[in-house]
Amino acid sequence: MGVISAIGNNVRENYGALVAGRTGISRITHIDTVHKNDIMVGEIPTDNAKLEEQLGLPRDSWSRTALLGAIAAQEAVHQAGISDINDARTGLISGTTVGGMDKSEQYFYDYFENDRAWHHINGLHAGDSTRKIASKLGLEESFATTISTACSSAANAIMLGARMIKSGQLDRVVVGGTDSLSKFTINGFKTLMILSDTYNTPFDDKRKGLNLGEAAAYLVLESPALVEKENRTVLGYIKGFGNANDAFHQTASSDNGDGAVLAMEKALKIAGLTPDKVDYINAHGTATPNNDLSEGRAMLRIFDKKVPEFSSTKAYTGHTLAVAGAIEAIYSVLALQNNVVYPNLNFKNPMQEFELLPQTELVRKELNVVLSNSFGFGGNCTTLLFSKEV
Amino acid sequence: MSTVFINSVGSVSAQKTFDGTTFLEEVAIYNDTVIRVIDPDYKSYIPPAAARRMAKGIKMSTVSSNTALKEAGLERVDAIVVGTGLGCIGDSEKFVSAIIDNKEQFLTPTRFIQSSHNTVSGQIAMAIGCKGYNFTYVHSSISFESSLLDALIQLKNGEASNVLVGGVDELVDHHVDTHRLIKHIKAEPVDSSQLLQSGTEGCVMAEGAHFFVLSNQKQTSTYAELAGVRTFNTLSENKIGEKVSVFLSENGLTVGDIDLVISGNNGDIAFDGYYQTLADDLFGDTPQAYYKHLSGEFDTASGFALWLAAKIIKTQTVPDVVRLNHLQAPKLKNILLYNQYRGENHSLTLLRKC
Amino acid sequence: MTDLKEELKAKIIEQLNLEDVAIEEIADKDPLFGEGLGLDSIDALELIVMLDKDYGIKLADPKEGRAIFESVETMASYISEHRK
Repeated sequence: MGVISAIGNNVRENYGALVAGRTGISRITHIDTVHKNDIMVGEIPTDNAKLEEQLGLPRDSWSRTALLGAIAAQEAVHQAGISDINDARTGLISGTTVGGMDKSEQYFYDYFENDRAWHHINGLHAGDSTRKIASKLGLEESFATTISTACSSAANAIMLGARMIKSGQLDRVVVGGTDSLSKFTINGFKTLMILSDTYNTPFDDKRKGLNLGEAAAYLVLESPALVEKENRTVLGYIKGFGNANDAFHQTASSDNGDGAVLAMEKALKIAGLTPDKVDYINAHGTATPNNDLSEGRAMLRIFDKKVPEFSSTKAYTGHTLAVAGAIEAIYSVLALQNNVVYPNLNFKNPMQEFELLPQTELVRKELNVVLSNSFGFGGNCTTLLFSKEV
Repeated sequence: MSTVFINSVGSVSAQKTFDGTTFLEEVAIYNDTVIRVIDPDYKSYIPPAAARRMAKGIKMSTVSSNTALKEAGLERVDAIVVGTGLGCIGDSEKFVSAIIDNKEQFLTPTRFIQSSHNTVSGQIAMAIGCKGYNFTYVHSSISFESSLLDALIQLKNGEASNVLVGGVDELVDHHVDTHRLIKHIKAEPVDSSQLLQSGTEGCVMAEGAHFFVLSNQKQTSTYAELAGVRTFNTLSENKIGEKVSVFLSENGLTVGDIDLVISGNNGDIAFDGYYQTLADDLFGDTPQAYYKHLSGEFDTASGFALWLAAKIIKTQTVPDVVRLNHLQAPKLKNILLYNQYRGENHSLTLLRKC
Repeated sequence: MTDLKEELKAKIIEQLNLEDVAIEEIADKDPLFGEGLGLDSIDALELIVMLDKDYGIKLADPKEGRAIFESVETMASYISEHRK
């Protein structure tokens, strides 16, 4: 696993911040936006120059999305102990929403003035960030693709990866996602009036909206045969996955969370588990009025009145858009490894619509199954189930 | 493992393909560096209230997907999978220019919403009330093949019975202007019938939307069997023959079994060598066809190739306008599609008569 | 006030791209959302931007829009009271 986010530059740092209850939400510093005093973000402190140095790239050669992605993917491959990425049928599946938009918006008119930034023109293709990550990993003659299903992109990348291995198409696949902050998304979410002007407060009655975040997170999935052959240490198992569409509204979830219910049902069915076997839910919990209500109702429908301990980690990282599903997959696996439920930071007021209280303190308890939700624009809903044992 | 059938096709392209009853009897000839689709009468497909916020890409996809659903005799499907290189890029561009021009003030949400890459698959799901699996792939010239492969896995494994699969891309100004700067688009107009003789760099850029219903059930509307799809992120020219041979043998075929190869030649002298190499190495005695002189080049142009191949198998005729050599197969049973863009993202797709 | 109402109708049609609707077809008291013109929550956000851009009225919470955008009449009276 590999991750870079507002709360850390690698898996170890992210876990440290999670258990310490340390948020990464701050004012924005890397982007000069007129909204800088009205919003808070989950920004990665490291600037592009440092990231490029770390990757041995010249200045201003890649978009921040690709830079972050390469760093996290490299950590994941390194942690998995892979020396030659091409020694098995390996794939790369990456989710992104903005791709190289950070550079496209910066040079939108400059392209016609001079040729200084022409190398960024093709970066607008979402798939270009994946191409760059593949080149850093040395992946050749292989299956590499990009998924863009808004905020469920990386969750879907993980799901596809699991399906590709299950169906025998691949032996190993690097899955995850990357998204950097951009004026495009800041202004886009601003027009939807769902950005909070302060620290986001998931599942709180007085929640004011989300904080945008940036991150990259990747996991290495391998087939049972390859795991056995290479004698790998398995960090966790993808037990189930479910994808459904809410088919309700372009940007909002349905009142009763139909799509979310379907996604959770499918995932449980594939896992062959009943809801009572779920020990912890890492909720999508963006802290928008709409999401948390819809998701809360969906959880009540699936788990009846016995909703297990749940929390949203968006109060730590912000909403990292395409990456949310992958970063939260890593947090879910870390939860299983360490038997820990992370606190839902900033929660004060129970919601009026139902009696659901997120976990607000760090809890240490035996965890066997963790459920993670990711929902996105366009009605895309994805649920992943992770387990400690096969 | 189920067999996977192409049960219907839908196309909006630079040819008059939206009318499913004809098959390239009339061909539109262009002399340009960019070409747009021949627009169907969108109003007869989309009510005004629904159309008012729709980007061109969504309109083209609505017509194309409606055509495919209708031909398959379906109102709903189990899954919707869409590939698009750039999504509704026109709205993205307008939103970016508004951000810059208005200094981040007075921006409205509609363009931002449409610029989300998955807006096409999401809107189709909403329109037909499909709560099933919904995916969008955005990986340059294999965006469409990623979708095909996904659907193929689902159908083969019995996870779905009917899947709507599509590819869509729209042609818009800023994208064209910037890609002219880096010479990905030809500097001089070229007559479409002379595309492969242009002798110049770059492509003729275009747009289009192609949708198909794939199913594990054969029916009277069935065109062909989709036997296999394989993609490669990188590939050198001298490795293509080897990869194709392996792909064919995995599908129980040899070079001699292929009755037609449809290649993605786009008239770019810098990269058409890939197709030539394959033709010379393996398929010297095989009938060959091409299509980008009809469709133009775009990330999901290979959707046009699948449309073409499906029609060829069903009608058992190869229109003269797509022939690349003078060879003719006695029957058209196995068709291989090969595409790449600028030397990357190669795809092989195999269709079989059923 | 009548002028303002007519102006608003034209602006609504333009801003929301209601190609098939004529100014005369919108009565002052017709509901804009739901059964009337059939506008939705995205349209509400568009109208909030229009209030800001054309009349200098800022709404912080989209919920405030519900009562204001009930009809052209309610919009016009809100604008006359709050415009800058």
